[in-house]
Amino acid sequence: MVRATQQADAVVVGAGLHGLSAALYLARAGMRVVVVEKDHAGRHASGANAGGVRRLGRAFPELPLAEAALKCWHRISELVDDDCGFAPAAQIKVAESEDELAALHARRERLVSCGFKHEEIIGVTALRALLPDVAPHCLGATIVHGDGHADPFRTVRAFARKACALGADLVEGSKVTGVSRANGIWTVQSTGPVFAAPLLINAAGAWGGDLAAMMGDHAPVRASALMLMITERLQPFLSPVVGAQGRALSFKQFGNGTVLIGGAYQGRANPETGTTALDMRQLARNAAAAAAIFPCMAGVRVLRGWAGIEGITPDRLPVIGPATLGGGYHLFGFSAHGFALAPITGRIIADLILNGVSDLPISEFNVLRFRTFGSTVLR
Amino acid sequence: MSEQHDIVVIGAGPAGMASATMASRHGASVLVLDEQPRPGGQIYRAVERRREDGAAILGAEYLDGAGLVDRFRASTARYVPGATVWQVDASGEIGVTIGDRAQLLRADQIILASGAQERPFPVPGWTLPGVMNAGAAQILLKTSGIAMPAPVCVGTGPLLYLVAHQYLRAGVKVAGLLDTTPRGNYTRALPHLPGTMRHAASLWKGWRWQREIRASGIPVMSGVEDIRIVGAGAAEAVEYCKSGRWSRVPAETVLLHQGVVPNVNLAMAAGCRHDWHPEQACWHARVDDWGTSSHPNIAVAGDGAGIAGAVAAEAGGQIAALGALHRLGRITTEQRDSLAVRMRRALDHQAGLRRFLDTLYRPADRFRIPPGDDTIVCRCEEVSAAQIREAVALGCRGPNQLKSFTRAGMGPCQGRFCGLTVTEVIAAERGCAITDVGAARLRAPVKPLELGQLAALDEAE
Repeated sequence: MVRATQQADAVVVGAGLHGLSAALYLARAGMRVVVVEKDHAGRHASGANAGGVRRLGRAFPELPLAEAALKCWHRISELVDDDCGFAPAAQIKVAESEDELAALHARRERLVSCGFKHEEIIGVTALRALLPDVAPHCLGATIVHGDGHADPFRTVRAFARKACALGADLVEGSKVTGVSRANGIWTVQSTGPVFAAPLLINAAGAWGGDLAAMMGDHAPVRASALMLMITERLQPFLSPVVGAQGRALSFKQFGNGTVLIGGAYQGRANPETGTTALDMRQLARNAAAAAAIFPCMAGVRVLRGWAGIEGITPDRLPVIGPATLGGGYHLFGFSAHGFALAPITGRIIADLILNGVSDLPISEFNVLRFRTFGSTVLR
Repeated sequence: MSEQHDIVVIGAGPAGMASATMASRHGASVLVLDEQPRPGGQIYRAVERRREDGAAILGAEYLDGAGLVDRFRASTARYVPGATVWQVDASGEIGVTIGDRAQLLRADQIILASGAQERPFPVPGWTLPGVMNAGAAQILLKTSGIAMPAPVCVGTGPLLYLVAHQYLRAGVKVAGLLDTTPRGNYTRALPHLPGTMRHAASLWKGWRWQREIRASGIPVMSGVEDIRIVGAGAAEAVEYCKSGRWSRVPAETVLLHQGVVPNVNLAMAAGCRHDWHPEQACWHARVDDWGTSSHPNIAVAGDGAGIAGAVAAEAGGQIAALGALHRLGRITTEQRDSLAVRMRRALDHQAGLRRFLDTLYRPADRFRIPPGDDTIVCRCEEVSAAQIREAVALGCRGPNQLKSFTRAGMGPCQGRFCGLTVTEVIAAERGCAITDVGAARLRAPVKPLELGQLAALDEAE
């Protein structure tokens, strides 16, 4: 059967948050955009993450992006006509020993020397005032005011709705099977329609490495199933988002009383089928980390664990920027901390396409940095 | 407890007890995990303790379970009561809480015999205090001898009449019985009647219950087309529609029942494939002739694999055990096949009756897919049918997406009770096949687990 080819100005592969953000900004600039998604929008990492909007502990190269994105988050309704469940909240990273406290101080000094003043150190008294239920052995913490968290799937829906309202076409249930470029046009084969456009944006998340290879670039992204769990509803006892310097932990209470517990503990990902399985031993480590910082949680019932498939790069930095072949762009591999950046990443891609340059520093995210890595895709 | 077992059986109802007894007879190390304090499952619940008075109130068939329990107790299978299984995965790992301690076990072969659960009965007012499932009322009667005061029994299916009859025998007044069996079901079931000829005794028993219930003066109303339970803060009355006219019966206790469906929660969480069973309007694990699921190390037996009743469950449990023993290399193919002949005969014997019962007691669409917008579907998060329909109008295509639209299925029960209703409401609203909608993905812990218990798994390393 010969299928009609859908023509567009830009094809975005992947209806995760970053793909939708790119589609939104490009559609807003008047382009005809098609988003091709193999499952449904936000099926993987974008819908199954902790919704953290934080600068705390973020890698230095990402900080300018995180600061720009944070400004968007505080006015997210202006971008997508929905508040995305965004709740401003302090982010706290607890130190459980003098060594850990020293490490927090050291990071803060480095940040200040680079001009970033958002992280502050608090002592035990202030910590206990903010977190009355924190374990007695905790000695202090880093705190960042003005960060927050949002509702991941609601955010996905808001971005998808807005992108479509601006004219973008979202094609779900079509898996890209091959891409080629001739005469300045990218042709994208899928299990559904064939698409053709001068611009191709790779926002394929954990599958971004595969698509990059089809586009002629090398990006060793590893698919990983990062687990989260949610508890029953509790009386409100916590407004900041809490992590720990010495343990992998992300801990926050939602407005409805449930507590979300994560920390990048890995389940088992199957990128071929798009499914994940929980690793109960790893989830137990996550539970132990939570119970160590908040002993009051021991008797609380866990209702559900789950995992989304994330794309992790070797240096844990995303791939953002032009592809080697003209008209191609990469926007994937956010390595489990991309949610907060979504309102800005689409703008970066749109700026690159429309102006040839972004006002944010993105050179460290270029795909060419992986040329020194082996040529096999890590799994 | 040793960590590795040849066969772990989950559930100690008829299927679980029979499969464990069979498996241990052929030298496999068998562990049986069951949530209840005593073997018997729901159907033979507490049968050991009630040998004396059980027959009088609960009927002679209840005591059939006693022999099954005796054989199970006499077997070499290791039986652990009070064990809540909250995770089974395809690798053979089982997460269980015994007492207060959570632990991970491993089994070469897993037999899920987790039985049935009551089908949701979402009518207006079904969440009011004073309304409960007939099955739950029966459990109270079996375990504690407690009867609810003057209930009105509403619904369809043998269990509804059984509970009313058991109440009658226990000397408790039943205020009324409203039978919602659709009139058309009788004519639809008629062609299946010849298949029930070998079950004359069972049919006779059912007929005798109905006659005794009517003779006792309990008002029985058949052909009830619609139901709503009304009351300010608690049930006060049942309003029902018959032949287009609404009437009202006062009721502070309402027992609802419209059949049972397989408890598929563990099998679904383990990732076993399921198919929609259109006659029974529920999910069935996809199994082969030996009860083996799409994961070769996990079998599903008994009502959990498809509602067929206690007698079939016993045979199905034994067949699943033979399949597991064969996969373990404990018996030859010839042994397996010849040992199974008798059980397959028992299964065939039950099949004719089942088709008749499935057709006769299939609940009306309006009692599975609430037409009224205000009716609550997800009790935990109080999500109404209207909210689900709105989400579909906004583009929601299935129960997994619905969670993010409405929180339906995200409360303490995680959709284990409302899941069927949610799926059917979405399919009806989209006008598509049930299989295009699918079931909500279930994830561990399938039963709530305390954070501290989970954390202790880490310390136990």
